[in-house]
Order: sequence, then structure tokens, then C-alpha cells
Amino acid sequence: MINFTPISAAIGGALIGLAAVLLMRFNGRIAGITGIFAGLIDPAADDRLWRATFVVGLIVAPLSAWLLGWGISNPQMPTSLTLVAVAGVFVGFGTRLSNGCTSGHGVCGIARLSPRSIAATAIFMAVAVAVVALMRHVIGA
Amino acid sequence: MRALSSLVCGFVFGWGLFISGMMRPEKVLAFLDIFAIPSGGWDPSLAVVMAAALLVTGIGYALARRGTPVFAEKSQWPAQSVIDRRLVTGSILFGAGWGLVGLCPGPAIANLATLSMPVIVFVIAMAVGTLAHDHWFTRVVPASMPSLASANADG
Repeated sequence: MINFTPISAAIGGALIGLAAVLLMRFNGRIAGITGIFAGLIDPAADDRLWRATFVVGLIVAPLSAWLLGWGISNPQMPTSLTLVAVAGVFVGFGTRLSNGCTSGHGVCGIARLSPRSIAATAIFMAVAVAVVALMRHVIGA
Repeated sequence: MRALSSLVCGFVFGWGLFISGMMRPEKVLAFLDIFAIPSGGWDPSLAVVMAAALLVTGIGYALARRGTPVFAEKSQWPAQSVIDRRLVTGSILFGAGWGLVGLCPGPAIANLATLSMPVIVFVIAMAVGTLAHDHWFTRVVPASMPSLASANADG
């Protein structure tokens, strides 16, 4: 476990939890990125402003880290943009269909002990583990 | 005020993703690669991130249940409880996409800050997938989808 970073993981996780609690205390909303993102781009949606500012905050955070002198590297992504696009469509369609992702189901939902969110998280985790195993250890990509 | 508080929440959330390393797909994939456990290459950090987030959110939500939000009339807690085919199918698709690249929606959007071309492609594709879903369930088979931007959405 050479790359295990438990302290920064715990601090970062606590901040994610804090953000979720604050959004509920202030605005009465679940901090689910799927719902926030979908409500922002859906032409039929109203109540866009708070979603837009949340997304701005999400993007400004790493920028501010960079301005403070923290190193930020480009994320390591597959070289095939086709693969990236297919994965993106799966994530966009799938999270919308199941009404949540790692934040909405994985954090906010499990924190409410919602059976739906526990089931969703177990399923997307298991499938992701299987896909990584397939890509790395069977196909060898 | 709601826009401002939401900005702060997004900012704190983004810092959480950044500090935890979850903005980096390679770190997420290193967690999902459980077959690297025997060789010592497995990275359990994501489990610690979730545990810490759940601890804070669990306690905070339990307290928030008793009160009303500062800038809204009431808290919009999700009301759905049925594990249906949509939930299962959607979770399978999401898991597949997540496993292929190592990005879920939050880190994907936060990574727009890097202006990395593959990230931009991923987020556009994510928007296409979201809109395709909404188009399908509002125009093609609307009867099966009563309310789209429902306040009852899980997240």
C-alpha cells in the first residue's frame, strides 16, 4: 500500500461531509453532483442559480489551491478520446437514471441510511471494480 | 444568499476532493483495482475518504433533521425508498463508466480547472448522456417518468 494517504483522505473526506451538511443547513439541499449538474443543463429546469454557483465553487477550489502554491497535475486519462467519451456518456446517463452518483448516493444517501443509496453504491462499486479488473488484468490495457 | 452559501459549499466540497486526492483518476482506479492487493499496489484511500465523509454527514444530517434551513423554507430530503430497475440499471452504467476512466461527476467537473482536453471531452459526454436520458424519458417514454427535476431526487 505504497500510495495510501490516510491523513489527507480523512481531511478531504471530512471537508466533503462538511460541504454536504452545510448545503443542507443553509439551502435544504442534498449535495449530489448528479442532481446539481443535471438541473444546471436541463433546459426545463428552474432554480439554476444556486446550482451554477456550487459548480463554480467546485472548479474554483482547485484553482485557489494552485494559486496558493499547491501542485496540480493534469489528471491521468486514457489516451483514447473515444473511450473517454463513451465512459462520460455512461456516467451521465447512468447517474441520471439512478438519480445519484458517488456524492448523492455514496455520501449523502448512505449517511441517511437510505436502502436505495446503499444498493446503488454497492452496485456501482462492484461494477467499477469488475471493469477495472477486466481492463487491467484481462485485457491488460 | 442561497447562491452565495451554495458557492461556499461547492468550494469546500472542491477542496475536499482536491486534498483527498480524489480529483486524480489514477488514485481512484488504484482503489478499484482490488486485484493489486496481493502485490501491495492497492490504495485504500477512497475508503477512508468515504468513511470520513459519512461520519461528518451522518452526524450533521441527524442534527439537521431537527431544524429548518437558514435560507430555504424547508429541507428537501429525498423521499424515494424503492429499489427499482432504473436504480439498478443506472448504477451498473455509472459503475462501468467510472471504472473505465476513474472519474465520477464531482471530480470530473472540478478537473475542468486543469483545462485538460480529455476532461473537457468527458464532461461534455456526461452532459450528452444526461440530456439523452432526459430526452428519452420526457419525449419518448414520458409515462414512465413522472417528474424529472424532482425535489425527491436522491442526489
